[in-house]
Amino acid sequence: MSDWKKICLVTDIPVLGARRVARPQGMDVAVFRTEANEVFALLDRCPHKGGPLSQGLVFGNSVACPLHNWTIGLQDGCAKAPDEGCTPRFQVKVEHGMVHLDGDEIATHALELTAPLAGPCRRRHSEPQGA
Amino acid sequence: MKKPKLVMIGNGMAGVRTLEELLKVAPDLYDITVFGAEPHPNYNRILLSPVLAGEQTLDEIVLNSFDWYTENHITLHAGKKVVAVDRVKRIVHAEDGTQESYDRLLMCTGSNPFMLPVPGKDLEGVMAYRDIADTEAMIAAAAKYRNAVVIGGGLLGLEAANGLMRRGMTVTVVHVMPTLMERQLDAVAGKMLQKSLEDRGMRFLIGAQTQELVADDSDREDANASSKRRVRAIRFKDGTEVAAELVVMAVGIRPNTELAQAMRLHCDKGIVVNDTMQTITDARIYSVGECAAHRGIAYGLVAPLFEQGKVAANHLAQYGINRYVGSLTSTKLKVTGIDLFSAGDFQGGDGTEELVLSDPHEGVYKKLVIKDDKLVGACLYGDTVDGSWYFKLLRDGRSVSDIRDKLMFGESNIGEGGHEGHSKAASMPDDAEVCGCNGVTKGTICKAIKEKGLFTLDEVRKHTKASASCGSCTGLVEQILMFTAGGDYSATPKTKAMCTCTEHGHQTVREAIVTNRLLTVAAVMHFLEWRTPNGCASCRPALNYYLISSWPKEARDDPQNRLINERAHANIQKDGSYSVIPRMWGGETTADELRRIADVVDKYRIPTVKVTGGQRIDLLGVKKEDLANVWKDIGMPSGHAYAKALRTVKTCVGSEWCRMGTQDSTQMGKDLEKAMWRMYAPHKVKFAVSGCPRNCAEAGIKDVGIIGVDSGWEMHIGGNGGIKTEVAQFFTKLKTAEEVLEYTGAFMQLYREEGWYLERTVHYLNRVGMDYVKKQILENAERRKALWAKLQWSLDGEPDPWFEFDKAEVDVRQFDKLGATV
Repeated sequence: MSDWKKICLVTDIPVLGARRVARPQGMDVAVFRTEANEVFALLDRCPHKGGPLSQGLVFGNSVACPLHNWTIGLQDGCAKAPDEGCTPRFQVKVEHGMVHLDGDEIATHALELTAPLAGPCRRRHSEPQGA
Repeated sequence: MKKPKLVMIGNGMAGVRTLEELLKVAPDLYDITVFGAEPHPNYNRILLSPVLAGEQTLDEIVLNSFDWYTENHITLHAGKKVVAVDRVKRIVHAEDGTQESYDRLLMCTGSNPFMLPVPGKDLEGVMAYRDIADTEAMIAAAAKYRNAVVIGGGLLGLEAANGLMRRGMTVTVVHVMPTLMERQLDAVAGKMLQKSLEDRGMRFLIGAQTQELVADDSDREDANASSKRRVRAIRFKDGTEVAAELVVMAVGIRPNTELAQAMRLHCDKGIVVNDTMQTITDARIYSVGECAAHRGIAYGLVAPLFEQGKVAANHLAQYGINRYVGSLTSTKLKVTGIDLFSAGDFQGGDGTEELVLSDPHEGVYKKLVIKDDKLVGACLYGDTVDGSWYFKLLRDGRSVSDIRDKLMFGESNIGEGGHEGHSKAASMPDDAEVCGCNGVTKGTICKAIKEKGLFTLDEVRKHTKASASCGSCTGLVEQILMFTAGGDYSATPKTKAMCTCTEHGHQTVREAIVTNRLLTVAAVMHFLEWRTPNGCASCRPALNYYLISSWPKEARDDPQNRLINERAHANIQKDGSYSVIPRMWGGETTADELRRIADVVDKYRIPTVKVTGGQRIDLLGVKKEDLANVWKDIGMPSGHAYAKALRTVKTCVGSEWCRMGTQDSTQMGKDLEKAMWRMYAPHKVKFAVSGCPRNCAEAGIKDVGIIGVDSGWEMHIGGNGGIKTEVAQFFTKLKTAEEVLEYTGAFMQLYREEGWYLERTVHYLNRVGMDYVKKQILENAERRKALWAKLQWSLDGEPDPWFEFDKAEVDVRQFDKLGATV
């Protein structure tokens, strides 16, 4: 039994675009809408360097990562050859124009993955303890 | 349902590449069977020379192992020669009685070496140089005998001679023409090549005509009567002899059409095929590779054959949207330590001019042939790193009149600086960096080429990113490719397609949009028969730009066709946050602006504040949710630092304060910026204005650089300080500030209308030529004024995307996150 949670209307997502879904814990989920109004959901994190896929350009059933232009398949979450790697997928149900994600997955899926860091916080991270 | 059957005759590089292309697009369409006359899987024939020279082993040159055929469910009959094909019953018969029926047949029978019809050609030790068996026989002979003669001083002959010499034989090359490699090199380069090979110990008999090959009769009694007699020497028409226990004939190849002729397929210089690689006799039968004659040419280099394979695969996969239209080719020799390159009409002749650089001491020779201001041929010896650049100029057919004085010195000398360049790939250590932009070493490239079986520059770029950014190392990467894979990168089609979604180039696409009044991306894709339903991340932003620049105020600017920076109107950072750079007219700011910026930094906890090189302030690490509020609170216009648009106008203090200043550069800069901000362009655009020739605003490396002098302003165009520093070229001298606006605006509008997407002004200038731009703007006042008026009209009412969301088509939904509700 899946615990489907309402997210938004399909029309709340731009055609050939994406929206971000915040979770209580873990990284955001990106929900994508194709030209054929199909909706897919992936962890908002490119397998390459962690770029936010929700910010990418959507074409066909793929999204181009905004950081280094890797192409990620929306159906399987995997990078197109010759690049290698996959990002976790989330189940989607569309009913009467409403997009649903699985509540269990939102609460528990892929919580271990973290966002890349940038800026001065990286300096602090790289400093040795007690320095 | 039973699958249709595809049978391939010939198991060589062109054929197997066709199968690979087919499997990529239609993996389950056919039951595939392959017949190969050799008992080997597909191997890289080009690398037989390095194998012969002992630089590589046979195992290393296998391209598709037997496992590959199994994994792809291909039935391979290795070592079975096809002797007949019944085109009526559609059955292939092999020598050993094996039969296979077919629905589609792919003929890839390659070519046969040509054997001189001289007495003694059937003696033991007389052979051609074509396949693994020949190579192995030559290696065996080199271990046992001392003297070899190679007949033919062409590409293959010299490679064979080099290999045999490296294996310890005394080698004499017999060549009937006056100079070596006469089809690829002119006389001077041919002589230089001969000298350098002679220095290595190779002997030459130039102009010698072979009379016969003489048999060894010395130990007839001992020999088994049935065994063939071995060759002892070669005798020439003048009666002289040279000892030879091995004679290799490398006098040319002929398309192998024996089977095709028996099948009654039309043959003329090869199996005649049309642009879809179908034989003109039988539409069920395709042919690619050295055996196929396309528009009267049978190609012998890898790149054209692979292009043919791609086209054939597309049609076999029933896509039916690809045509092969022929290739331009170039040549390199695979003899380690010798660099030569030639392409096009390098011999010159009537109506052509020749530029020649010759330094026999250093072993460098370069000849460029120019006709009607265009480069039509190149022949390089000793220094070939610019070969690919010349090849590109040749293919593009662009006028070289404006770069003629620097043409000889190569691409790195057009403009200044760039990366430090190695020029000889072979001598570089594995850990040496080849591509500075992407940090790729020679070792990484070699490894990828070997492990992934790469053949073309494009493949190397995709896998390693080497030469994928500024491109200044392209020549080096090609050299590495040459030595590692033996691939020749030559034949890129004449027009470079915009991306893999279409066969059309930028020019065609833009002309179609203008001529046919296309107003949406969908309309363009429909009109030009795009191969993909909604393009890709390369073509959609380009099409969007062509639409809004061709039809301002009419075409809708669709944010989903733009890449993220221009969709979010901020610059994405590695952690997914954004940077915000407000516009500061001419680099001037006020206490009030600085206070607002400081308050915003505190309020939104912005981690980094940085002064940019363009005299502005960069706020880094802004969360996407905060962008709209940050813009509002700062209350300054968008700096467009994220866009292919006018970015900064850098100025020096100028005559208002500076004791050296001769002109009010700050005001000039502000005026330029106010007239042209919000101007989208093919790529980013930067201006600078200096108030005197000391040029503190660094106007020499800007797309438009204005420098104040006593009598007015100097205008320079086409500079940039990017990956490869380009110094702006002097364009004209102007008297008034109004003129500066008009001329700059006219140049910008010309670039906006004619520049290809992602082409900086310097590249646009290199493509169309400075003379052309001068004709449009300096010599034609009417055209100049019209361009300037058009730019002003286009920009009139153009919104600031940080404040006029609706008008600028900013989708504000992007700033909010969704949550999950029950």
